Amino acid sequence: MVSEVRELDGLVARADAALAFVCDPELPFLTIHDLGILRGVRLNDGCLEVSISPTYSGCPANDVIALDIVTTLARAGIDNTHVVIERNPPWTTDWITEAGREKLALNGISPPPRAAGKRALFDNAVHNCPQCGSRETELLSAFGSTACKAHHRCLHCREPFEAFKCI
Amino acid sequence: MSANPDTNSVPPHQFTYVLRLADTALVLGHRLSEWSSRAPTLEEDIALSNIALDHIGQARALYAHAAKLEGNGRNEDDLAFLRGAPQYLNVQLVERENGDFAVTMARQLFYSAFAAPHFSMLAKSCDAEVAGIAGKAAKECAYHLRHASEWVIRLGDGTEESRQRMQNAVDDLWMYTGELFEADAIDGAMITQGVGVDPGSVKPSWDATIDTVLAEALLAKPKSGWMSSGGKRGQHTEHLGHMLGQMQSLHRAYPGVTW
Repeated sequence: MVSEVRELDGLVARADAALAFVCDPELPFLTIHDLGILRGVRLNDGCLEVSISPTYSGCPANDVIALDIVTTLARAGIDNTHVVIERNPPWTTDWITEAGREKLALNGISPPPRAAGKRALFDNAVHNCPQCGSRETELLSAFGSTACKAHHRCLHCREPFEAFKCI
Repeated sequence: MSANPDTNSVPPHQFTYVLRLADTALVLGHRLSEWSSRAPTLEEDIALSNIALDHIGQARALYAHAAKLEGNGRNEDDLAFLRGAPQYLNVQLVERENGDFAVTMARQLFYSAFAAPHFSMLAKSCDAEVAGIAGKAAKECAYHLRHASEWVIRLGDGTEESRQRMQNAVDDLWMYTGELFEADAIDGAMITQGVGVDPGSVKPSWDATIDTVLAEALLAKPKSGWMSSGGKRGQHTEHLGHMLGQMQSLHRAYPGVTW
């Protein structure tokens, strides 16, 4: 009995370790942990259940991430798995970890403003230019190359850049 | 989980209620996707495609939930692709053709000004899945509302040509706005159970938004007149059938097709 419990504990720990390498296909430098979409890993009647929360409703990456989780776990030798989509409470950009925010900035994407309430949505938050750091930037379009990003331009170095939209 | 965890005891009303929300989101999402590759500018092409994607994503989640509530084996694709126009329960506003860019923006303004506060209220639904979907959709629709408002203002307060087209679009679509706020017996039952919210209670917020945007756009607010209705009961304008014919053609030609 004790050894069985230990083995099951070990399974969840192995799954956790494997899941640390699952990344967002559209932001490949961010893991699902960085994004804050990994909600839980648990055993349910011998099946390993991984719950994740979708980012934007229509983001195509959601399906790819679910598939990546199953294949990553299979590669780690865990075959009996199931991905559960947890929509409540809905994911918000506030769940992106501090490490995730740093990785976004390092990769030229301005991180989302904090406190993604309705006010933040309608505030014209200032995004610092990820290239030169200038605060003199402007929004070109609220809808960018993916559902989660807006398109901005730096008025100082003139470089265009993307910013993660808060939601 | 849902307000009625035992799917056998879920009243058909709850299925219908969720299906209406799903149909409205899908039809508007598909309409907007018709702009892909032909919008006025590249940025706008990307914006409209992104907004379409938001609506289609909301629809997928709602269809999946509706299918679960129904519990008879139909899945989200069956609900989206194997029902004809009389079985679609979307509000008529969203099925209207794209027209020129002004028509598309008027339609988006009218819908988003309703959907953003409506989904905010629905985020407190006692159906946890509906609440979760609505909580996300409320924020997405807030972005859409901002986008549509900016365009209506730019076109209304623009050239003589853009002002006239924007005014025509507002006038032509006005008669489809009344249905947004109608509640029937199904809504009533869902409001009583705490699953749904009264769409009529969104009207003051909608009026305030529309008044502000139209005033800033220097456009005249149409006089309240006769309002078209019936979409939520499956009565549609001629445009929906044509749209579904195209949207469903692949699935009907190759039943059960998957990517």
